[in-house]
Amino acid sequence: MLRDITIGQYYPSGSIIHRLDPRVKFAGTFVYIVSLFVFKTFWGFLPAAVWLITLVIMARIPVKYLLKGLRPMLFLLLFMAAMNLLMTPGEVIGQWWIIKVTKEGIRSAAFMSLRLALLIMGSSLMTYTTTPTALTAAMEHIFRPLKIIRVPVHELAMMMSIALRFIPILLEETDRIMKAQQARGADFESGGLIKRAKAMLPILVPLFVSAFRRAGDLAQAMEARCYHGGKGRTKLHPLKYKLRDIIAYIIMIGYLVGCIFIP
Amino acid sequence: MSIILDHVSHIYNPGTTFEKRALDDISLVIPDGEFIGLIGHTGSGKSTLIQHLNGLLKPSSGNIFFNGQSIFDNDFKMKDLRREVGLVFQYPEYQLFEVSVIKDVLFGPNNLGMKTLDAEVAAYAALKSVGIDESLLDVSPLDLSGGQKRRVAIAGVLAMKPKVLVLDEPAAGLDPLGRREILDTIANIRKEQNITVILVSHSMEDVAQYVERIIVMNKGKIAMDDTPQEVYSHDEELQAMGLDIPEITRLFLRLKKEGYRLPTDVFTVDQAYEAMMK
Repeated sequence: MLRDITIGQYYPSGSIIHRLDPRVKFAGTFVYIVSLFVFKTFWGFLPAAVWLITLVIMARIPVKYLLKGLRPMLFLLLFMAAMNLLMTPGEVIGQWWIIKVTKEGIRSAAFMSLRLALLIMGSSLMTYTTTPTALTAAMEHIFRPLKIIRVPVHELAMMMSIALRFIPILLEETDRIMKAQQARGADFESGGLIKRAKAMLPILVPLFVSAFRRAGDLAQAMEARCYHGGKGRTKLHPLKYKLRDIIAYIIMIGYLVGCIFIP
Repeated sequence: MSIILDHVSHIYNPGTTFEKRALDDISLVIPDGEFIGLIGHTGSGKSTLIQHLNGLLKPSSGNIFFNGQSIFDNDFKMKDLRREVGLVFQYPEYQLFEVSVIKDVLFGPNNLGMKTLDAEVAAYAALKSVGIDESLLDVSPLDLSGGQKRRVAIAGVLAMKPKVLVLDEPAAGLDPLGRREILDTIANIRKEQNITVILVSHSMEDVAQYVERIIVMNKGKIAMDDTPQEVYSHDEELQAMGLDIPEITRLFLRLKKEGYRLPTDVFTVDQAYEAMMK
């Protein structure tokens, strides 16, 4: 059920990947995403897939868990595949009414959905292996130069980390409210679309009420601790590169260069 | 009208690092009309256990029998179970959503398909039994005070006329007077309607004077299952589980140990006064 939504969640296993500097993982994810867009043939997927599988094994993330992360994106994946399938012009191999399926369409549908699936799994690997706090620290660090053009980097990073932190809390809350309403005989599983949409109301109203309450509480707690934004703020655990981080950077550059030049 | 749990275990997130055995081989009989206190430290599995009683959670292993029928049977109707076993969650005020108090209380009865008139009668009776004044019927439940919200939420379950009422920490977060009031209300409802009540709490003090049977849970297992008097005689074991017996009971146990001839089934100051005056 709702507990199955794993996107953006941390999965602790204490592996070497978990212990890497978050900036390395952030850059690594970026490199990986770029590598998914530099090739045009199916062979190009091979290094990306090998790369992802190696990292997943090293990070000791259960495959089941990784695939679960794809589930909420399934609709997007299917939608994109369908659009590619039907909208690509080329050699027609099947036709019903106004629907045409072309050879190029099939190829591009497979290509695009594979790319998107790898992209989602790769980026969820980052959130699985990096705590929200570490991720925020890394983002803040990487985007620091933008402060010169008055981008509120710290505030944005803080907002993101709070948002990430709240995902599991709100999921749990939703689960609890759903159960409470089910205990009062509510039925979320049967009926047509309108009936089901209506059945969401007893969940959504309490959920919003509690989200606002929590947000208010958090704001108050932050103010009580004299939080006033990023200016002059120091860190308890400043980010420091270690040897393994440098090695990881070198491997990463090697991977990207390989992806660009080998095919 | 009984609920039987037969070697029930429940494991959350099996196969991941978050795996947790919340219930470990629980066997339990809940007969008609009993007033039961389910006590345990935070994380002892009490909330998981009660969610099995109305089928919100299904056991990972073991079976649950409701009136002699297994809830895993194909022709078993979950809706019937939800009708018979009313479950009031912790902080039930967070489930209120309707535009008015009366509409919110009607949510349950309407879901069960009760006739409009029957549903309304049940809702009015439920609100009355929890002490919500008629002038509040058309007020938005979100505008009520904390204690009132909780009463309305409890009424929302009562209006479904359950035969078994399960309440998870109904007094949590209320001031001492509010606690007493809500617990007294529950005791009254039980007396009037003669239903089974299971009161979940982490505080012995709260349930001591009301219940006739106490089930103590510890780390997913049933540690004790007996009358309050019997359970309280194991003072030291309870303390090891992070639980406390009522102060006044502890005093009487100690006085008895010192050689005074006093009863040990004393749970309130009033009872203590009577016992000493004898």
